[in-house]
Amino acid sequence: MKYADEFRDPVLAKALFARIEELAAKTGATKKKPLNFMEVCGGHTHSIFRYGLENLLPDCIDLIHGPGCPVCVLPMGIVDDCVEIAQNPNVIFTTYGDAMRVPGSKGSLLAAKSEGADVRMVYSPLDALELARRNPDEEVVFFGLGFETTMPSSAFTILEAEAEGIENFSLFCNHITIIPTIKAILDSPDMRIDGFIGPGHVSMVIGQAPYEFIAERYNRPLVVAGFEPLDILQTIVMLLEQIIDGRAEIENQYSRVVPDGGNDNALGALAKVFELREFFEWRGLGSLDHSGVRMRPEYASFDAEIKYKTQNLKIADPKSCQCGEVLKGVIKPWECKLFGDVCNPENPVGALMVSSEGSCSAYYQYAGVRSKALRVEAKIAAS
Amino acid sequence: MKDQTDTNPARRRGGKLQVKTVTMAHGGGGKAMRDLIDDVFISAFDNPEIGDMEDQARLTSDLLLEPGAQLAFTTDSFVVSPIEFPGGDIGKISVCGTVNDLAVGGAKPLWLSAAVIIEEGTEVELLRKIALSMRAAADEAGVHIVTGDTKVVERGSADKIFITTSGVGVIPPGRNLNAGRVQVGDVAIVNGVLGDHGAAILTARGDMALSTEIQSDCASLNGLMEAVIAAAPDVRCARDATRGGLASALNEIAEAAGVGIEVDETDLPLRTEVKGVCEILGLDPLYLANEGTLVLFVPQDQAEAALAAMRGLEVGKNAVAIGRATPENPGTVVMKTVFGGGRIIDMLVGEQLPRIC
Repeated sequence: MKYADEFRDPVLAKALFARIEELAAKTGATKKKPLNFMEVCGGHTHSIFRYGLENLLPDCIDLIHGPGCPVCVLPMGIVDDCVEIAQNPNVIFTTYGDAMRVPGSKGSLLAAKSEGADVRMVYSPLDALELARRNPDEEVVFFGLGFETTMPSSAFTILEAEAEGIENFSLFCNHITIIPTIKAILDSPDMRIDGFIGPGHVSMVIGQAPYEFIAERYNRPLVVAGFEPLDILQTIVMLLEQIIDGRAEIENQYSRVVPDGGNDNALGALAKVFELREFFEWRGLGSLDHSGVRMRPEYASFDAEIKYKTQNLKIADPKSCQCGEVLKGVIKPWECKLFGDVCNPENPVGALMVSSEGSCSAYYQYAGVRSKALRVEAKIAAS
Repeated sequence: MKDQTDTNPARRRGGKLQVKTVTMAHGGGGKAMRDLIDDVFISAFDNPEIGDMEDQARLTSDLLLEPGAQLAFTTDSFVVSPIEFPGGDIGKISVCGTVNDLAVGGAKPLWLSAAVIIEEGTEVELLRKIALSMRAAADEAGVHIVTGDTKVVERGSADKIFITTSGVGVIPPGRNLNAGRVQVGDVAIVNGVLGDHGAAILTARGDMALSTEIQSDCASLNGLMEAVIAAAPDVRCARDATRGGLASALNEIAEAAGVGIEVDETDLPLRTEVKGVCEILGLDPLYLANEGTLVLFVPQDQAEAALAAMRGLEVGKNAVAIGRATPENPGTVVMKTVFGGGRIIDMLVGEQLPRIC
């Protein structure tokens, strides 16, 4: 814990806040025309709310909470497929805990579990593989989701299953890739982002080179950031410095973890096991080209999509749901028509209300924004 | 108190239980059931009120004779998994939990009932251990388990042992601990570190592949409550921070009293190991369950006295003030983070965690 506490030192934080204040003033940004920085990763969103950073930043900096919560962007059709696989009598369906509450069109995995499906929460696909070893008469399926952060562990698990000849294990692969997503946000006509707080854990795998186009083609700075509060504050300082200097570069604040070139071992495993899909359907963002991966044909026997002939139906989000606009930073969570009264963590309508890393849920739970009217009070409380 | 002797009629009725595991026959109402009850439970609980083996315990206490005294009555079910964990087991927790529900209301706990649901196939040795653990916890809290029930269900219908305890205590005349009485300016105090029980259970389950030294804080708090009330007679209310953790207890109080509650993150007592487990598993220690930790509110001028009284006891040695009742944001709990930022501490919405109590 000593290691973590060093990155939460209030004295250092105070100095960084002062520096941010000073730099922000130099940019000429104002409360009415603020600088918009997007944190792509849900882990950052969580830290920002947990430590109350947003309220301590100057008025002229707005944080936009991006699409980096993999649970939040799961379309309903995939949840329906999960439920259908899980309902097979000899299947043990394993998943990361957060995915259990995501609503599909016919309910969540948690609901399926209460109706008798064998759904189990695991912390790693290797735990799922262990279940397969211990239950040779049952079929164990692991629900693979997430960006390049969780993708390598899925890939390595498949390679291990293959090496050991474990036949009762398969992966329901719904991994997604970060770059096409950022590109889609940048291409959106209502885009208003001035810089990116880059995803630390994803970058640990893919390195920094894949982000170059953001600086070159879109002229926006991106700083790869760690997840502790001081990491995030320092990242904001680095973004402001770039803006003041008129630079748009890819920088690495999280160099203690993220190597410039990424992790060759992990990238090798990904290339071996996965290939890009033509397109992938995102909740809130719609269909994005090459934004998801599937398993290569060589691993078909470990592919739950093939084993269970999943339907992959496209199910539209509820019409009034504005998750997509929130994801792109066009509106703030509390500006959505459904926020609070209709859509809340107990009964999430939109994906962003599901996980604690989703920006709507984070606002609702940590900032106490229950409705538009209450927001003002919450701001005062927090100041 | 009457002396326990072998002439206790309970002892003469049943025989020694010979088998190693509980079968459906032990729930059948016949001799096997009587043997189970007598040999495992009655012999462990053994006290004057239980001895007559009527269908009800018959109770009397001088405390009840005082004009204005009130009966306090509470009930709680325990389904913790695993049944034995570092720092306790389901037996200890089933006594401490109910004793604490009485104690935080200012009641002196006197009597408990215990209804035990046993899964077919459970080892008799385990049952004995749990029953003796209940007795030890009851002795420590100064209560008697005076009535009970056992049921046996088929394998798979329960997870080894479920226990429901109800408790009766007496609130002395003039005592009124009530969350609604908390006023602006009152100080919030906890008696010890937060989240130990939740973290101990999580790691004891073994499926997280974490090994720690964390022990459950499972303990009876009636002695602590009496000491606090003696030192700080105007203590407003107390809540034990069980399921839902400190966050839920504070929210209940804020709502009932119509005040805001501000908590300082830097003042929250947390073990390094618990912080570590929370970091790794992505949990917030404020929502982790406790089984021997309470939060109470006292007027500011009695806070020091209350703290001193608590710190004089083993279960209160880590007592610390963590926050205060404020006029702003009634019904809301706000935490001042280490950076001076604010975040609202809401009630827990759902829970993905294993059973914890």
